[in-house]
Amino acid sequence: MLTEYAFWFLTFVAIFSAMGMILSKNPVYSVLSLIVTFFAIAGHYFLLNAQFLAAVHIIVYAGAIMVLFLYVIMMLNLNKVDEEKRSIWSKAAAAASFGILLLVVSAAIGHGHAQSELQSVADTSAIGTTETLGLSLYKEFLIPFEISSVLFLAAMVGAVYLSKKEQYN
Amino acid sequence: MENTSHLWSYLPIVAMAVIALGFVVTTMVATHYLGPRRKSAVKDDPFECGIEVKGNARTPFSIKYFLVAILFVLFDVEVIFMYPWAVNFKSLGLFGLLEMFSFMALMIVGLIYIIRRGALKWE
Repeated sequence: MLTEYAFWFLTFVAIFSAMGMILSKNPVYSVLSLIVTFFAIAGHYFLLNAQFLAAVHIIVYAGAIMVLFLYVIMMLNLNKVDEEKRSIWSKAAAAASFGILLLVVSAAIGHGHAQSELQSVADTSAIGTTETLGLSLYKEFLIPFEISSVLFLAAMVGAVYLSKKEQYN
Repeated sequence: MENTSHLWSYLPIVAMAVIALGFVVTTMVATHYLGPRRKSAVKDDPFECGIEVKGNARTPFSIKYFLVAILFVLFDVEVIFMYPWAVNFKSLGLFGLLEMFSFMALMIVGLIYIIRRGALKWE
């Protein structure tokens, strides 16, 4: 029962903050609403017994990526935007087309989920903890882990290279 | 249901979040209603420790700040990879130690490259 209350509370917070992010005219208000959305989704991860993923979600998304979002807002000189007037028909057409797309995608996912068999795991209560995830990551998925370090190296080199001033000889 | 028993262990975290948020909201609301309403052009400027405000926050800034933020993301994810390894340090044994050393070696090569290129130099 606590799960249900927590689920509904987090759902409402997530949906309202996501709508606040979309409908807000001030881009910094959108970023703050997005941070609230990330915390609500991290709460959902806690409910789904994925504790490490929830913590990483908060650290990486709400901690580091939002800073980059704010930098982009500063760089692109985004202020309170004056929304251009669009007719009610174009708004209705956009809402209808994306609503149909959402219907199709959710039907596809729901249909696929019902077909798959539920695999019985011996002990599912510890499946999302840091310990279990670590044992799986460093034994079974060792190669992707090592390859990801190469990816980080490439990202570092790329970031430094793209930000240096050109040398005019 | 076995599922709800582990949720009660998050109660201290929820309590701390509620208290922190509640304190902030209460003080902001209380000062808004308790204090007098005085608005002037000078009082509505953003506070910059007494320095005069020049323009809004969208003036062009140096790229080194952005570079620090990007490099922070990369090394933050490296630390996140170290958390599950640190929790299972004993059970992963010597092989786990060597795995993490090879991962960190590549990241340290990246750090050496960054430092040698002077990307973190704060003129």
